[in-house]
Amino acid sequence: MAEVLVLVDHVDGEVKKVTQELLTAARRIGEPSAVWVGGGSANGRATLAEYGAAKVYVADGSEYTDHVVAPQAELLATLVQDHAPAAVLVSATAQNKEVAARAAIKTDSGILTDVVDVTGELVAEHSIFGGAMVTHAKVRKGTPFLAVRPNAVPAEPSPADAAEEAVSVELSDAARSATVTERVVEERGERPELTEAAIVVSGGRGVGSDDFTVVEQLADSLGAAVGASRAATDAGWYPHQFQVGQTGKTVSPNLYIALGISGAIQHRAGMQTSKNIVAVNKDPEAPIHEISDFSVLGDLHTVAPQLTEEVKKRS
Amino acid sequence: MNIVVLVKQVPDTATERKLNPADHTLDRAGSDGVINELCEYAIEEALLQREKHGGEVTVVSMGPDQATDSIRKALSMGADKAVHLNDEALHGSDALQTAYALAQTLSTVSYDLVILGSESTDARTGVLGAALAEYLGVPQLTQASKVDIEDGTATIRRTTDYGYDVVTASLPAVVSVVEKINEPRYPSFKLIMQAKKKPVEKLDLAAAGISAEKVGLANAATEVTDAAPAPPRAAGTVVKDEGDGGVKIAEFLAEKKFV
Ligand SMILES: Cc1cc2nc3c(=O)[nH]c(=O)nc-3n(C[C@H](O)[C@H](O)[C@H](O)COP(=O)(O)OP(=O)(O)OC[C@H]3O[C@@H](n4cnc5c(N)ncnc54)[C@H](O)[C@@H]3O)c2cc1C
Ligand SMILES: Nc1ncnc2c1ncn2[C@@H]1O[C@H](COP(=O)(O)O)[C@@H](O)[C@H]1O
Repeated sequence: MAEVLVLVDHVDGEVKKVTQELLTAARRIGEPSAVWVGGGSANGRATLAEYGAAKVYVADGSEYTDHVVAPQAELLATLVQDHAPAAVLVSATAQNKEVAARAAIKTDSGILTDVVDVTGELVAEHSIFGGAMVTHAKVRKGTPFLAVRPNAVPAEPSPADAAEEAVSVELSDAARSATVTERVVEERGERPELTEAAIVVSGGRGVGSDDFTVVEQLADSLGAAVGASRAATDAGWYPHQFQVGQTGKTVSPNLYIALGISGAIQHRAGMQTSKNIVAVNKDPEAPIHEISDFSVLGDLHTVAPQLTEEVKKRS
Repeated sequence: MNIVVLVKQVPDTATERKLNPADHTLDRAGSDGVINELCEYAIEEALLQREKHGGEVTVVSMGPDQATDSIRKALSMGADKAVHLNDEALHGSDALQTAYALAQTLSTVSYDLVILGSESTDARTGVLGAALAEYLGVPQLTQASKVDIEDGTATIRRTTDYGYDVVTASLPAVVSVVEKINEPRYPSFKLIMQAKKKPVEKLDLAAAGISAEKVGLANAATEVTDAAPAPPRAAGTVVKDEGDGGVKIAEFLAEKKFV
């Protein structure tokens, strides 16, 4: 069976959920081989095995992460040349899309980004124009590089060996030209990452102030990530990196709860592919109701706390 | 310091956007075009850097005739001159082909810094900056929320999932910017009048040194095979809060097995 490379996302040796999803998707196409960059692979191996990685290529060494994007692109390009995989899957994060694009150029291949589903024949589905249209696309040259969105394919275990194989590539000077001198981790507490979360609770102008407690408490009761509309981030009520929408993050969770968000087209562009949408909004005319599965017309400052209490009672 | 800023005209998100039924490419002629929003932040950053370090800001845009509107806008904000790559053969180019074509075009311009937006609102691939760095063989400083130039070295804050990385490289380099980097200025009346007289050089494939067999729909490495309107979402339930709105949502969530 043809090999399918899956670039692993991990934090401190913990494999992210999106990688489990990609391994599941890769099994539709062929036999997944995980690509692990950096240290800690021993900690992640069990998860990779559980989700079907037959092999794990381990590129351990700080040189792959001390320089931006280019080293990982050289690594992927080398693995593609050596193993001729049927495809390369990465998660559709800003960085992995860049890695995949550069590796695709090096291997004279094509790249499809922000894929929301993929078949065994490598037909990729896209949701475009803020969810208004669905298109299908194929790569017809070289090795298909697909950047797949988190939550696109539900992760299902299917145990395999996850046999480790150390790899190393001789990095070019060009790959070392942009150097990371410092990493700054901004506080986000224990909440899941916005683009990866299965549930997102977002607050908009309706929250009314920089006191986002009502949004955060609901999010925490559900184990959800917190998002915000641009009205809220522009006002400085919530940090910019949590903005959802056309100029913010694109999320596609199983459940999206919009509190005091009108549902402007630019906001919808970042959340319309959510599988279930719940809205709390005072205004019956707000466009968010057109796309929501369940809307409550009311004041979020009473409805959301009540919901938080109910969720706590039921869990 | 000479700065190139890349500008793209995109269909206005607020209007209905369409694909050409024949080849599934974006219908650029049939929708209202606007400058891609993040390009305005790129232009602003180019102007701020010019204010600090001197030199010239050259707008480079690849696009059909309508792209002149966005080029004008960039010149009205204060850029010095422009290069417009316009050739029917470019139609249908995918993201990597576009990066190749722009890289070739850049070989006709002298630059220390190339600045662009980190994503466009039409295709939203977010890979152009990285692909351009690959083709040009210069350092990639993308997703920047802050840029400092000193003694031929650029240092940026690269936005990451967990915060940011400080990344440094020597010039020339490609810098892509995110929205929080600055606040784009409004063109003044005086600049709008001046912009009309600023030079716009028009290039076709040959003039930019682009091989026709590497660009356009027929040569793209990717192919859109079909397109259809998304199935409409089933009409949702709307209830008025009668003091039990939160409970009602909890019941809906229980039904869907979220709680
Ligand atoms: C180029 C461009 C890019 C953009 N990119 C983005 C983007 O990435 N993300 C984004 O979100 N926006 C973006 N926008 C902005 C977008 O157009 C809207 O302005 C923005 O989404 C509005 O945010 P909002 O829904 O929070 O605020 P509003 O539109 O003001 O809506 C607030 C809603 O809250 C309701 N409300 C008020 N008080 C309460 C209460 N107590 N209880 C319940 N409901 C209440 C109101 O009825 C209203 O519907 C962009 C705009 C442009 C032009
Ligand atoms: N006639 C043209 N001249 C120059 N660039 C174009 C032309 N048509 C499309 N493009 C650009 O090629 C890319 C793909 O365009 P499209 O096929 O219209 O989606 C976009 O960056 C367009 O701006």
